[in-house]
Amino acid sequence: MIELLTENIILAALVSLVGLGVLFGGLLGYAAEKFKVESDPIVEQLDELLPQTQCGQCGFPGCKPYAQSIADGDAINKCPPGGQSTINAIAKLLDVAAPSLDEEHGEEEIRTVAFIREDECIGCTKCIQACPVDAILGAAKLMHTVITQECTGCDLCVEPCPVDCIDMLPIEEDIDQWRWSIPKNQHQLIATSSSTVHETLT
Amino acid sequence: MRQLWETPGGVHPPENKVQSLKLGIGHLAIPEKLILPLIQHIGDAAKPCVAIGDVVLKGQKIASASGDLSAPVHAPTSGVISAIEDRPVAHPSGMSALCIEIISDSEERWIDLYGHTDYKQLSPQEVSHLIADAGVTGLGGAGFPSAAKLDNGRTKPVNTLIINATECEPYITADDILIRERAAEIIQGIGVISHVLDMPRRILIGIESNKPEAIDALREACKSTAIEVVVVPTKYPSGGEKQLVYILTGQEIPSGQLPSDIGMVCVNSGTAFAIKRAVIDGQPLISRIMTVTGDACGINRNYEVLIGTPVSHILEKNKFIRKNCSRLIMGGPMMGFSLSSSELPVVKTTTCILAPSHSEIPEEDPQQPCIRCGLCAEACPASLLPQQLYWYAQSEDHERLQAHNLFDCIECGACSYVCPSNIPLVQYYRSSKGNIINSRNAKISAAKARERFEFRQVRLNKAEQAREVKREARRVATEKAKTSSSSAADIINAANLRAKARQASPDQQKAKLERSLMAAKMRLDEAQERLAEANKSGSAEQQAQQHASVEGARQKVEQTKRRLEELIR
Repeated sequence: MIELLTENIILAALVSLVGLGVLFGGLLGYAAEKFKVESDPIVEQLDELLPQTQCGQCGFPGCKPYAQSIADGDAINKCPPGGQSTINAIAKLLDVAAPSLDEEHGEEEIRTVAFIREDECIGCTKCIQACPVDAILGAAKLMHTVITQECTGCDLCVEPCPVDCIDMLPIEEDIDQWRWSIPKNQHQLIATSSSTVHETLT
Repeated sequence: MRQLWETPGGVHPPENKVQSLKLGIGHLAIPEKLILPLIQHIGDAAKPCVAIGDVVLKGQKIASASGDLSAPVHAPTSGVISAIEDRPVAHPSGMSALCIEIISDSEERWIDLYGHTDYKQLSPQEVSHLIADAGVTGLGGAGFPSAAKLDNGRTKPVNTLIINATECEPYITADDILIRERAAEIIQGIGVISHVLDMPRRILIGIESNKPEAIDALREACKSTAIEVVVVPTKYPSGGEKQLVYILTGQEIPSGQLPSDIGMVCVNSGTAFAIKRAVIDGQPLISRIMTVTGDACGINRNYEVLIGTPVSHILEKNKFIRKNCSRLIMGGPMMGFSLSSSELPVVKTTTCILAPSHSEIPEEDPQQPCIRCGLCAEACPASLLPQQLYWYAQSEDHERLQAHNLFDCIECGACSYVCPSNIPLVQYYRSSKGNIINSRNAKISAAKARERFEFRQVRLNKAEQAREVKREARRVATEKAKTSSSSAADIINAANLRAKARQASPDQQKAKLERSLMAAKMRLDEAQERLAEANKSGSAEQQAQQHASVEGARQKVEQTKRRLEELIR
């Protein structure tokens, strides 16, 4: 056998290459089984970027289903709570151009939290069933209240309330949440090729 | 002579310290009203423990610490609590926070004070507790609760205690004058701190070379102790914690860590004084030394000011000329912030009130484009690249900002000071830091929301499955019932089977029959008694009735006897 191979170089090359092919093929096959990824990693990454309000404004029942849908090729601009920054982040992840927010699904608004006017609440539990993150506390015929820290501001509880006692209140900034803002007095002292210059010229 | 290390960067702004050092520490009349914000420190706000209308004594606790990192607030003078409500406070935002207002009765009645001159008999924990209870926080500017700092130092071995007396910021002389006049008390305070820290191997006092009188006073006070007074070259910002540690020891505090992580604790000299007052004299932190300076003030000097004193009250006593003043700054010209009103109260962290004239600190010139001169990079004491950070701050590129170590910026303002284009660089960094922290928080809350959403989904699925199982079981049962009801024989069979199953064992049956025989005999006896009574006094009808019941009872006894005999056989 060895003699045959040493004498016939073409056969030797053939045998060794086929052997290598089989070996690496087997190795790759084993690795594919061993290190199998259960779910699509891109879905997880997309889900990380979405704001997790679970509001359904995108038309999907939660952020994860929308992430799945984006992975399957859906548009990335259907998330109003995330706004432009989320669109930009997703665009960066998927390496596509960032479109502006699809107004059909809503406009980007300031963050709010639900507030139940407690003396008007009749204890019907409908809002509790509607809340996607279990942020409403209460029981049948007992007053309900919102756990403010857990509320994502999705406003899914407002619609089912039969006595309209739920308000969406904007989150008020207090002294702990206050942050410095970017300086405003940026005078443009040097002539640049900005559009305003062109406008004045034409 | 101890070896010193030189920090990178740094600037030499005009010191302007002489004017406020001409006079010693002054005292002001007690203001009519004192406003005490409940958050004057890093951490959680204190909780009020008095009500409106309460009469409080000087030094009485009016708000207690709440949470892990907090400090209580004490009444700076005796008087009546007139309000507990949101008031504008000295904060760069100009926003309001919960404050307690005291109307002074100008009697200055103290609570009973319990000093511990023998603090060495107490355990370090007990002493640290005394410091916490006195509401002592860092007086250098950041306001970190001192007891928490010392406790944190105690969890790790501390070999070096550094007392920060550098006071590198221009205009401020509060520490300088305090050391000149009360060096002995500061040394006593250092003794207390080293007791809490379980006697660190070396104690260094870092002081800048521009305070010769204070250096002499410290050397004199330290004569018989192991404390070493180290004079460091005057350069801004050598008083930064990380900078001072490096200058004195040559060791760098790693990014994101504390001095205690490398076995050091750094305490301001004013804080050491406050700790002495708290432990040895038993006095809570109700006043501090503060510089009032600037050309718009007729008198430039240091005062011992009660915490909560409105700035306007201090300025009034200081021949302040409003029209000369360009703006009011709390803190120094490098790191301080402008006040929106002069009615704001002094807090524990207020080192200085600066009222400069228009020529002294003119209005900021308009910002011009960055020319990439690199002066800021040369000035940065943290060896960062301010011009790069500025670029990324403008484009809000959080990843790059963090890669360029934005969070190592100590916001000293040296870069803005040297910038030829007047770019307020520090404000860009502060804003970016805020945005990054906000987005981190948003991520955390999003993760929480996701977890709650997924848990709810799992719960709903489980409930749905459980319902499905029940429904299926019911369906199977009704179907079975339908099919089996067709033949009557089956039903009879089933009934017979049930009856058989119900039949008990012979022993039990025997016992049961014996019991019923006994009962029947008793009933027979009772019936016979009643018959005898009826025979004696009853009517004929009654007699007949009783007779019948006796007969019935007798029959029952006979029947039971027969069944028992059958069973035995």
